[in-house]
Amino acid sequence: MRIVTLAWHSLRQRRLAAVLTVLTIGLSVWLLLGVERLREDARNSFASTVSGTDLIVGARSGPVNLLLYSVFHLGDATNNVSWQSYREIANLPEVSWTVPLSLGDSHRGFRVVGTTGEFFQYYRYGDDHPLSFAQGHTFGDLYDAVIGAQVARQLGYRVGQPLVIAHGFGGTREMLHADKPFRVAGVLEATGTPVDASVLVSLQAIEAIHVDWQSGIRLPGQEVSAERARRMDLTPKSITAFLVGLRSRLSSFAVQRAVNEYTDEPLQAILPGVALSQLWSLVGTAEAALRAVSAMVVLVGLGGMLTALLTTLDERRREMAILRAVGAPVRTVFRLLLLEAGLLAAAGVVLGVLLMYLTLLVLHGYLASRWGLNLSLGWPRGEEWLLMASVLLAGLCAGCVPAWIAYRRSLADGLRVRL
Amino acid sequence: MIPWGDAMLVSCHDLRFGWDEGDAIVLDSFSVARGERIFVRGPSGSGKSSLLGLLAGVLVPRSGHVRIEETIVSSLSASARDRFRADHIGYVFQQFNLLPYLSVLDNVLLGCAFSLRRQRRAGGSLVVRQEAARLLAALGIGDARMYERRVTELSVGQQQRVAAARALIGGPTLLLADEPTSALDTDARDAFLRLLLLECDRAGAGLVFVSHDIGLARYFDRVVELSGPSQRAAPCAS
Repeated sequence: MRIVTLAWHSLRQRRLAAVLTVLTIGLSVWLLLGVERLREDARNSFASTVSGTDLIVGARSGPVNLLLYSVFHLGDATNNVSWQSYREIANLPEVSWTVPLSLGDSHRGFRVVGTTGEFFQYYRYGDDHPLSFAQGHTFGDLYDAVIGAQVARQLGYRVGQPLVIAHGFGGTREMLHADKPFRVAGVLEATGTPVDASVLVSLQAIEAIHVDWQSGIRLPGQEVSAERARRMDLTPKSITAFLVGLRSRLSSFAVQRAVNEYTDEPLQAILPGVALSQLWSLVGTAEAALRAVSAMVVLVGLGGMLTALLTTLDERRREMAILRAVGAPVRTVFRLLLLEAGLLAAAGVVLGVLLMYLTLLVLHGYLASRWGLNLSLGWPRGEEWLLMASVLLAGLCAGCVPAWIAYRRSLADGLRVRL
Repeated sequence: MIPWGDAMLVSCHDLRFGWDEGDAIVLDSFSVARGERIFVRGPSGSGKSSLLGLLAGVLVPRSGHVRIEETIVSSLSASARDRFRADHIGYVFQQFNLLPYLSVLDNVLLGCAFSLRRQRRAGGSLVVRQEAARLLAALGIGDARMYERRVTELSVGQQQRVAAARALIGGPTLLLADEPTSALDTDARDAFLRLLLLECDRAGAGLVFVSHDIGLARYFDRVVELSGPSQRAAPCAS
C-alpha cells in the first residue's frame, strides 16, 4: 500500500471537506486562468485593431493622439490633411494603396466615417481578417451608408433603413443634414474593432452634405438640394487622415520619414503597431490590478485548504501513531499530509482548467458575434502552464504547514497519543 | 528454564529512560526468550508505555541498550529503527487501532505495508490478502462480507481482533500489546486473549503484554512487575 493510496482513502473519508476545498481552489483557478486568457486575447485583439496597414498619416500632433482619433474615433483631429498632399503621398512609388478617412459627423452618437470602397478591401483586423458584409454591399449610390455590427444591433437597422447624418456631435435639429438623407446599403459583421460602431459613407457623400455649409454652419439662402449636389464636383478639399499600405514593409521607415519631413504642410506618419502598444501600456495598470486580484483569490482558496487540513490534525494524531506503529518513518507522516495538500491543489487546478474551457465553449460564439472578441480555445499557453504550476507549488507550500505540525507531533508522541 | 544467550529474543541491560529530568524507567535487565509470553504490570507512571516505546524503537534509552535478536536496536539510526519495527514488530494499542478510512482487510494489510520482508513472509503480494483473511478468520472474524466494511461499523472487540491480525501478519518476531483488553468485557477479553496467544504461538512470536488486569497473568509464562523509577523492576516467575 503506497502513501498515495493512503492519502486518497484519507481524503475520501473526509470527502465533503475535500470536495468543498477542491471547489474553492477550482473556482479561484478558473478566475485566474480566465482573467489571464481574456486579458491575453483582449490585448491581442486590441493590438490587431488595425493589421495590414503599414502607416497611418494625419496632421502633426502625437502618435497616440493620431491613433485615437483616426482608428478609435476618440477626440478630434487638430488639423486636416489637404487633398493635394494626400494625392502626392498616395502616388509615391513605395505606396501600394491608401484609404482616406474623413471624420467629423455623427449619427445618433455613432461616428460617421467618410472613406472609399477601398476601405472594405484593405482594412484588416485581428489575424489579417478582412471586413465582411453580414447583409448588403458596399457604396453604390452617393447616399449609401454601410453600418457596423454594433450600430445595426443597437439601432435595429437593416439594409434599406433611411438615416440622417448630424453635423459634428450635436444632434440638435438645426445641425442635422436632414435635406440629404442616406440609406443603409450594407451591414458589416462584428469585428471587435471601432468599425463596429461606425457609419461609413463615401468621401463624395461627406462632400455633398457639406456643399452648402461653411465653417460649421449652413449658409442661409444657398441650400443645395440632394439631387443638385449629385451633379456638382464632389472632390474633397481635405481629409482627416489616411491609411497607407506599402509595397514592401522594408520601406516603412523611409516613407514615414518622407511624410514627417513633408514641407508643404505639417504631417506625421505612425506605425500602427507601435502606437497601439503605447496605448495599451496606458491601460497596463488596470491589467496588473486584475491579475493581482485574481492571484489574491487563489491565495484565499489555498487558505481554505490550509484551514481544512489544519482542523483535522487533532483527530488525526491517533492515525499518525498507528502509522508509526506499523513501521512508517516520521517523514511518511509529513509526506502523507503534503500529498493530501498536493492532491487537493492538483484536483483544484484540473477543475479550474475544465471550468475555463467550459466557459470558453459556452461564451465563444456569443463574444465573437457580439463583441468580435475571438477567445482562443487552444491548449494552455506557456504563461498559463506557469500559472497552474504556481498554484500547485503554492498549494504544496501551504501543505507544508500541516505536514510540519503533524511531523513534529508525531516525533514527540511516538506511539503514545495525548489527545 | 529458558537459557540465556543467543536464544534470547529480547535482552535489555541497565536501561534508563525519561521524558524530562528524572528517569521514567530504570531496568537492570529485561529479557524475552523466543516465543515467550511476558505479562508486564505496574501502576500508572511505572514506565509501561515507555518500555513498549523502547522495545518498539520509537524511544531511545538514556543509557543501556535494547537488543532484539542480533540487532542492538537502541543504537540504530531513526530510519533504521523504523525499518526494524516494520520488519520485526507487531503492535496492538489499547483502543482505536485502525485507520478509519481503510477497509477491514486493508487495515490488516497495513501491517506489512512498510515491510517487504513481512510481505514476503505473508506469502508475497499475490497471496497476502489470503493470509490476511486467514488471520481474520482465525481471530474470529470469518465472515468475508466484513472485509470490505468500514472499521467504524465494528464493535470494539472486533476492532481489537482486526488490530491483532494487523500486528501478526507477516510473522513478526515480537508482538507488543499495550493493554489491548482494557476496553473489552470479561468474556470478550478471554476469547480475544486465547485467540491472540494461539496465533502468537503459530507465528512463533514473543509477546510482551502490558496490563493492569492481574487476572490475565495465568495465561503467561512470566510476569514482570514494574514499579517505577524508585524501585528496580523485579522479575518473578508465575
